[in-house]
Amino acid sequence: MVMIQEEVKQLQGLNLHLIPNEKFKTVNIVVKFKSPLNRDTITKRALLPYVLQQGPKEYPSRKDLQIALDNLYGAVLSIDGGKKGNHHILSFRLEVANEKFIPNESNIINEAVRLLNEVIFHPNISNNSFQEEIFNREKETLRQKIKSIIDDKMKYANMRLIDEMCEGEVYQTHVSGYEEDLDNISASDLYDYYTTLLKEDQVDVYVLGDVSTTEIEETIATNFKRETIENEKIVAEKEKIKNQKSPKEVIDKQNVQQAKLHIGYRTNVQYQDENYPALQVFNGILGGFPSSKLFINVREKNSLAYYASSRLESHKGLLLVFSGIAPKDYDKARDIMQQQMTSMKDGQITEEELNETKELIINQLLETLDHPQGIIEMLYQQVIAQANLSPDQLIEKIKNVKLEEVIEVGKQIEEDTIYLLTSEGGSSND
Amino acid sequence: MTKNEYTHIEETLYQEKLDNGLTVFLLPRPQMSKTYAIFSTNYGSIDRTFVPIGKSEKITVPDGIAHFLEHKLFEKKDRDVFADFGKQGASANAYTSFTKTAYLFSATANIEENVKTLLDFVQDPYFSEESVEKEKGIIGQEIKMYDDQPDWQSFMGTLKTLFKKTPVNIDIAGTIDSISEITKDDLYTCYHTFYHPENMTFFIAGNFDPNKMLSLIKANQSAKTFEKLEEIQRDYPEEPSEVAKQEDKIVMPVSVAKCTVGIKESTQELEGEKFVKKDLLQDMILTFYFSKSGQFYEELYREKMIDSSFYFETNLEKNFGYSILGGNSDNPDQFVEKIKSLLLSTNTLEISEEEFDRMKRKKIGQLLRSMNSLENIASKYIHYHTVGVDFFELIPVIQSLTVKDANEFLKEWISEDRLAVCKVVAE
Repeated sequence: MVMIQEEVKQLQGLNLHLIPNEKFKTVNIVVKFKSPLNRDTITKRALLPYVLQQGPKEYPSRKDLQIALDNLYGAVLSIDGGKKGNHHILSFRLEVANEKFIPNESNIINEAVRLLNEVIFHPNISNNSFQEEIFNREKETLRQKIKSIIDDKMKYANMRLIDEMCEGEVYQTHVSGYEEDLDNISASDLYDYYTTLLKEDQVDVYVLGDVSTTEIEETIATNFKRETIENEKIVAEKEKIKNQKSPKEVIDKQNVQQAKLHIGYRTNVQYQDENYPALQVFNGILGGFPSSKLFINVREKNSLAYYASSRLESHKGLLLVFSGIAPKDYDKARDIMQQQMTSMKDGQITEEELNETKELIINQLLETLDHPQGIIEMLYQQVIAQANLSPDQLIEKIKNVKLEEVIEVGKQIEEDTIYLLTSEGGSSND
Repeated sequence: MTKNEYTHIEETLYQEKLDNGLTVFLLPRPQMSKTYAIFSTNYGSIDRTFVPIGKSEKITVPDGIAHFLEHKLFEKKDRDVFADFGKQGASANAYTSFTKTAYLFSATANIEENVKTLLDFVQDPYFSEESVEKEKGIIGQEIKMYDDQPDWQSFMGTLKTLFKKTPVNIDIAGTIDSISEITKDDLYTCYHTFYHPENMTFFIAGNFDPNKMLSLIKANQSAKTFEKLEEIQRDYPEEPSEVAKQEDKIVMPVSVAKCTVGIKESTQELEGEKFVKKDLLQDMILTFYFSKSGQFYEELYREKMIDSSFYFETNLEKNFGYSILGGNSDNPDQFVEKIKSLLLSTNTLEISEEEFDRMKRKKIGQLLRSMNSLENIASKYIHYHTVGVDFFELIPVIQSLTVKDANEFLKEWISEDRLAVCKVVAE
């Protein structure tokens, strides 16, 4: 129905996912390296995108690399790291204009694959070490980035909530790394770790666009030569989550105008679980959309907030509620937000809300499939969760979710932590 | 209905101007799951002084009113329009910029219903004293949120140093004080003047049949009546070519100072070929020097003047234009001096054939990439249409630019009196 075709092939040391598609004017190539999330390696994995983006051996400066990209009709290269549940994923993304729109050009895509291979597998090193100068410079870049998290209050509040909520759990690990670790990493340590990553991570390559699959498979096979023959499946270990008797409340104070009230819940449901589609619907009714309970009750009916919404961390089993409020309204806003959750658990959901939300979620999923990166990320969910749940299947399952299932899944949700970032003079529990 | 085929990018666009004055564009994209529609009025925060429809004297309205009006159109006597879209499986939104207010939805089902909802809610205002008062609280929170965002403060701060009279120096949302003055009657005055179909554009792109869609829009529009509109008299003050203030400093809690250098690019009304040439070259040249392949970027990076927070942006509108270069810096003075001196050196530089060929390639690739997004196509098409330029013909225009055009532009690009500096510092 949705017609996202995905063909998966095993090549030497990698899984190749081919997604022929005529929606777009570009071709997207994404290479993903997956490893268990780990406090000991996270700072290195956070630092690698910065260093690698300064250019491979063949184009040994940011300027040289960018000139090569510009010549390829402004191809866009990005390297980023992210956490999905208890895994860390390092992604190399290259988007290039489809040569069929450019007169007298027939080698852009080949050249793009070749360039991406250089960036990943032939970094700018000497004596088994990244270049000292580049390395030190990028270390500072990352340090600045870590330091500046506090300037983005929404992001900061979210990080603090996870810190408090997932204390002692793998998921607490900061995806940007840790400042105190930076000083102990040398250019050769980092390269040493990178060679391990190239060997041991699970590699998945996605190619999306209006291209011939046989030609592109050939191009990838001849360019990407991974030393590792087998592409081992990487699965993070299961961990036990502490049992918390009653929710904890954490209040931080800073010089802010607007307070951030974020609440974390445990859903006890993950992406691969049978009742995950019902959880998605639950979240949609609660705070996924402008017509959801949180938005209507906190913002529209009580004018308490500019934003109020919720979202799932599907691979960890969390539901997070966010709002920006006036510091003095804390108690009132919290009560209203909690009430929305409680009333849903008590079954106060109408068939109308259910059907509307299902349509909105399906709409959102279909829209995601109109974006090249959206398609790739959605398909990759299955690799993370080790589950076969294609976009079409997920949509079908959402359609079939019943009211009882939504209420049932809601009963499993437990409030864990209330986090408030408020103004220095702002009221808390007074 | 006229049909335009753009074979070089495989696009077909239908266009019609309806009897009531509304301009309609239809872009079928049957491969997409979704349809995106935007209903846009040529009215933004800079339109604060004008002659109201049916009147002869000009008035000045409170700042932030275009944005306030945008919020209020969603609320009807008995319901919230977001919920209507929600019930029809669509996600709706709206935004107000300096020059435009736009209402939009995207959906993968019930397209016809959603199109009607979009046309009807925008063309059926309901403002009451009570709801206007309530909205002041919500927008107040939004303004406060912006007050806490150093990047926004830095952006607005820069525009305030650049422009003396043009109201881009006023926050789009207004201030807590200015919005407190807004009344129901002000909203109706602005509404009836600027939301006339003659001043509006409807653009729809995605999965639909163009003939059926146009009939639906026509039927919807012909059932409504509008006052007659002569051309809207807007009053934009004369803007000097030099900056309002060479430097400004904003104090707020930031861990690292943020600095910008602004370039006052344009103060004259521009349209058509003149606009498009300036628009393209301004962007291509700034990108050439300051993107990661640029010699200025490399120099700044090598001398440790910039980090990954470095950015630049450029914008050209019919009545004004600016570029901003900025980033975090431990040493704001050095940062701005260096950027200024690089900019001032450009009139002695020359771009080579090879370099200009690369600049063109990059720009063409960028445009193709941007056409993956229906949202982007619709908003860009309207933006360029306002100044008499066809967005879908930009690639051939780029191909026709010569290195001589670029070097002539470069000679005149920068002068010291059109540069301004803004710093956001902790104390």
